[in-house]
Amino acid sequence: MSLRQDTRTGSVRRRTGGQLPLVLLLPALVGLAFLLVPLIGLLIKAPWSTLPSRLFSADIWQALRLSLLCATLATTVCLLLGIPLAWLLARASLPGRGLIRALVTVPLVLPPVVGGVALLLVLGRRGLIGERLDLWFGFSLPFTTAGVVVAEAFVAMPFLVISVEGALRAADPRYEEAAATLGAGRWLTFRRVTLPSIAPGVVAGAVLCWARALGEFGATITFAGNLPGRTTTMPLAVYLALETDPDVAVVLSLVLLLVSVVVLASLRERWISGLR
Amino acid sequence: MTLYADVRVSRGAFDLSLDLTVEPGEVVALLGPNGAGKTTALRAIAGLLPVGAGRVALDDEVWDEPPRVFRTPDRRPIGVVFQDYLLFDHLSALENVAFGLRARGVEKHAARAEALRWLGAVGLASYARSRPRALSGGQAQRVALVRALATSPSVLLLDEPLAALDASTTLHVRAELGQHLNRYEGRTLLVTHDPLDAMVLADRLVIVENGRIVQQGRPTDIARRPRTDYVAQLVGLNLYRGTATNTTVALTDGGTITLAEPASGPVHVAFPPTAVSLYPEPPTGSPRNTWPAVVTGIEQHAHTVRVRLDATPTGPTTLLADITPAAVADLHLTPGQHLHATLKATEIHTYPS
Repeated sequence: MSLRQDTRTGSVRRRTGGQLPLVLLLPALVGLAFLLVPLIGLLIKAPWSTLPSRLFSADIWQALRLSLLCATLATTVCLLLGIPLAWLLARASLPGRGLIRALVTVPLVLPPVVGGVALLLVLGRRGLIGERLDLWFGFSLPFTTAGVVVAEAFVAMPFLVISVEGALRAADPRYEEAAATLGAGRWLTFRRVTLPSIAPGVVAGAVLCWARALGEFGATITFAGNLPGRTTTMPLAVYLALETDPDVAVVLSLVLLLVSVVVLASLRERWISGLR
Repeated sequence: MTLYADVRVSRGAFDLSLDLTVEPGEVVALLGPNGAGKTTALRAIAGLLPVGAGRVALDDEVWDEPPRVFRTPDRRPIGVVFQDYLLFDHLSALENVAFGLRARGVEKHAARAEALRWLGAVGLASYARSRPRALSGGQAQRVALVRALATSPSVLLLDEPLAALDASTTLHVRAELGQHLNRYEGRTLLVTHDPLDAMVLADRLVIVENGRIVQQGRPTDIARRPRTDYVAQLVGLNLYRGTATNTTVALTDGGTITLAEPASGPVHVAFPPTAVSLYPEPPTGSPRNTWPAVVTGIEQHAHTVRVRLDATPTGPTTLLADITPAAVADLHLTPGQHLHATLKATEIHTYPS
């Protein structure tokens, strides 16, 4: 009797190792479906018969090229400004750091359209800074490709800052001390010791940042408008096409989806998983 | 040029106040329990922590003297070996060693050639391309040592350099470290909680307890005349030099000791005072390490009595034995008394010197 019980508990224990509790499994599957079904819908409703001819329309490639260019430039801007900002938040002893950190993350929760309006108020032709730029340099950001980059960087930067700051906090500052005892100044230490040690965090942040910039719509259309070839990125083109020719909107969405999945999947495997 | 360090640091209830000097070519060990303030003192000398008061200087070159002078670590001619080495994981062993040279403005190829020479000096030339992760504990320790030495620092600071190693490699690495420290002409400050490391590696011990120096001097002097119970416990170690032939060690100061394991060449022999037993008559069965001895001193410690003996001519000149107060009463111990001391061969540690 006791022997049977023992064997039974033994086999139960063996099975529980690979079994997920139903309470978790069900919502997990629903969540997965929730994320995937719209994408599958996109595939089903795609105008497959006319797809090849539509794909080779110049408008799509123009918008795609502009999207990739702007997202990449915006990511570069975010890297150049965001890494030092993250360093400041993680390492410097500055007063009101909590408040600054909260402010940095505001663009995350702000509706992008509001961000666009704010950018217009500051950098627009009549804006606080924009007016000076126009007056002194004859240079105006709104409704230009540079404006798209600014709008995308504004919205995407928090992703980079949060990711890099987290990596900096997790990095062991004693390595920086070791570098200092070897005669390295703070800039050399940052370049040769700190930055390489947080590289996975920087890459993960840059990927998130790039993805956010690529899909940016609200701030872009508000601040940079919708000028084909100059400010019409893929999301804008999709929105525009939806009103005139929904089939084109589907094709544009598929292209954007494909590019995003390929880029994110290849980077995710190599870098984001390496973060852990 | 002498390193002068009058380090005073206060942190909450903890208060550190040490006054140290290290002469060129000298190895000074800062020995004490965890939390005594040893590492804090080392960090202050390195410039990783400003002193609250006092002065750190290399002769008349002041490194830290509040409130006016503070040199950051990168502007001090120091080399530091950290407890867990802190080798840069994204750089090869060679690049780690070349890092300090590059930071101090040496041209890339020259720095790499010099780094390779240093790696060769510790027998790691073939590991130049290895990442620190791929190195064993002993190898990583040697890379950390030459990384610190490569810039030819005036002051070498070692923070528990052997603590991260497993017991089997410690013996070998300790002997090697001793050789490198002997060759180094600068000033060495070694922080350790291990009395054996301190006694083997250092020319002078500085014993720290609760942020204060409780005793300093040559290792043998401290072992023979510990000033406090704490020091007696800490350095209560019989340590001799000698030359081993098979299982017999001829001690430099006369007498012989028989080992359990064969050894050869110049060696250190160490055993704790608890490994020594005292008998009024020659013990039966005659263990190999039995010497007639004369009691030269008796000290009462917390739970034991430490007896100092002279076991010449057959045994060590000075021998420490820890026995229980009950045994003292049984033996009617008095200075000048003749006894027989035996040593358990299995409790002897031998390592090359």
